[in-house]
Amino acid sequence: MRLATLDADALALGLTPGMTLADARAREPDLRVFDADPHADQDWLERLCDGSARYTPVAALDSPFGLILDISGCAHLWGGEDALAREAADRLERHGMRVRHALAGTAEGAHALCRFPVGAAADEDAALRRLPAEALQLGEESAVALRRAGLRTVGDLAARPAAVLAARFGEEAVDALHALLGLGRRPLAPRRPRPAIRIERRFAEPMGSTAFALKTLTEMAAEAGERLGERGQGGRRFEVVFFRSDGLAFPLRVETSLPVRDAPAIMRLVQERIDALSDPLDPGFGFDMLRLTVPQAEPMAPTQLALEGGEARREESVAALVDRLSIRAGRARIQRLEPRDSHIPEQAQLALPAVESRPPASWPQRQETGDPPMRPLHLFDPPQPIEVVAQVPDGPPHRFRWRRALHEVTRYEGPERIAPEWWTAKDGRLEGKSVGEGTSAGLTRDYYRVEDARGRRYWIFRHGLYGTEAVHPGWFIHGLFA
Amino acid sequence: MAESVKTLAALKRHIASLERIPAAQPCARVATGHASLDQALDGGLARGRVHEFFAPPEEEGAATGLALILARLAAGEAPLLWLRTAAAGRVGGMPYGPGLAALGIDPEQLVIGVMADDAMLLRAAVDALRCPALGALVVELRGRAPLLDLTASRRLALAAEGSGVTPLLVRLGGDPVPSAADTRWRVAAAPSLPLPGNGPGMSVFDLHLLRRRAGRDGLHWRLMWDNGRGVFEEWRGGRDERHDLGQHVGEQDSGRRDRPAPLSGAMVPLSADRPAADRAA
Repeated sequence: MRLATLDADALALGLTPGMTLADARAREPDLRVFDADPHADQDWLERLCDGSARYTPVAALDSPFGLILDISGCAHLWGGEDALAREAADRLERHGMRVRHALAGTAEGAHALCRFPVGAAADEDAALRRLPAEALQLGEESAVALRRAGLRTVGDLAARPAAVLAARFGEEAVDALHALLGLGRRPLAPRRPRPAIRIERRFAEPMGSTAFALKTLTEMAAEAGERLGERGQGGRRFEVVFFRSDGLAFPLRVETSLPVRDAPAIMRLVQERIDALSDPLDPGFGFDMLRLTVPQAEPMAPTQLALEGGEARREESVAALVDRLSIRAGRARIQRLEPRDSHIPEQAQLALPAVESRPPASWPQRQETGDPPMRPLHLFDPPQPIEVVAQVPDGPPHRFRWRRALHEVTRYEGPERIAPEWWTAKDGRLEGKSVGEGTSAGLTRDYYRVEDARGRRYWIFRHGLYGTEAVHPGWFIHGLFA
Repeated sequence: MAESVKTLAALKRHIASLERIPAAQPCARVATGHASLDQALDGGLARGRVHEFFAPPEEEGAATGLALILARLAAGEAPLLWLRTAAAGRVGGMPYGPGLAALGIDPEQLVIGVMADDAMLLRAAVDALRCPALGALVVELRGRAPLLDLTASRRLALAAEGSGVTPLLVRLGGDPVPSAADTRWRVAAAPSLPLPGNGPGMSVFDLHLLRRRAGRDGLHWRLMWDNGRGVFEEWRGGRDERHDLGQHVGEQDSGRRDRPAPLSGAMVPLSADRPAADRAA
């Protein structure tokens, strides 16, 4: 374990980033250590960057520890550049951060001046030329080479012809130098959150007709689709709010399984949603505003119509059917099965709403050898208790009674022993819990594939090992085979 | 006399136009792989037509299993939709992915709709049948299902003809009533061919053809599903209980060469709309 970064007090003690934790602790036993969390740091920096919108619209991240604000034309609002910088620094320090800032003509200049403080200088150019050569950030190897060549400051490098520097230290050294001195300009990539798509229509007079409101909504959907198209996106969720003049609002929400930006498709879904409402859309004294928002959008490539009605069209169309049914019946009612990595049969799959996008799952391939299926087509969850007659207590079933019908077992295969997940048991002991409580720990199950005299195939199991786990192990039916 | 014949022909044409069935146009067929069954059905189950499978409630494993397998055959690589009610899930258990995969039905290509009641189920079924991208549709109905009357089944049939999606209706505990179905079957499980050690073998189904539009009915077959190769085979168990078989297709050796044991009257069919490699795989 190494130290990722240190605060000023620790640096004053002579600790350096990159030191092993053991060394640092040996030197300073009272060191307070926290786990490095680069993602949280990045999140925090992004929040600060978004907060900097109060100073300038062009604010960029300078990872890992910096922000770059382009304050051209903004400083006078705060009473000058220094006043703005002080304001910003004060604000951040109030949140418990240590802030250093520098002002320069270029982003690279400000970055370097902030990290390599030079004393007072006549002007910015002089200050930049006094920076150490490391400020160019050329990497360890070049920094050593520069030092060996006796080039200690940026000014030393700037005094040499560019061609010589390029030959010795590479093109990037010249680029970095020029960027620092403001000779070549690198554009700043400001971080700007994309405004959410939100379209509103206000009516001068309340609209008493739902049909007209829907017509307006169609136009709004077309506009939303156009805006999504410009971004190369498609909406996964659309929210429509009908505001009534008496203050009531009807929110509607539709979801799609694939990104959509086609206005008729959106409107079909909205129409389905309206049809499925238990309480019909009542204009009352009229709607005075409509709002359409797209809270969730995903990248969607511009589509090209398939010339021969290819595969893409087909997939789209089944997705559209899934969307339609999900909206009418409820999103949880249209499902797809997804495998889960568990040997406990009832936990080996999940039924998830089909509108949720997910990577294609890999089911075990069907066996080529021509063995009959080892797993049933229907699974009872929870398993249903049955009465079984077996010749010996831990032997195969002889006949069983399920749903008041007696089944003579003519063929059986088993037992297939499925043990509980002992590693999830607390204090190393499995408690004998009854089946179907949803607990993973439990008793060992002995599964039998059985066939009764009429040819029906069942999956039944004995719950608990006879003698060791249970005195009278119960029997359950867990599934039906085709 | 000649006039009446003319009138009769005109009436027939008129009825055909009302029914929107092109009278002489043969519809695409889904071969099951079982030679005599395919022959009796002129090549297999008709695509884009309603097929009903009746079974008592305790035969649900066999009935839904058979319908799903036939749906898979009809769909090719396209997705399947299995519609059932929430009550069906409580009584008959949940569809189980590993079991579907073992039967040769890719769960990835299966969408399951669990509807609140029969009315919603039938509405969703008509909707699904209007979507030509769907491979096939399995509708599981329990009890008498009074909502599935002649009108409702006609609606399903029309939607299916329009799109070419094959609907397979599984009627658990229902009684045959007049409907627009192309074929109507009774399904039951049958004793399988035991594995060594008397274990249950491959799924075997007893299939009675109760009714067929413009065709012979009252036939009976016993099919065995070969999940490895993806075709139905003739059951070759000890005691043969077939009552009435279509003519055996003669000793066509083309499809039988790779088979370890010769079977009586079974062959590997090649349907017109699926590539041969697909079948062989």
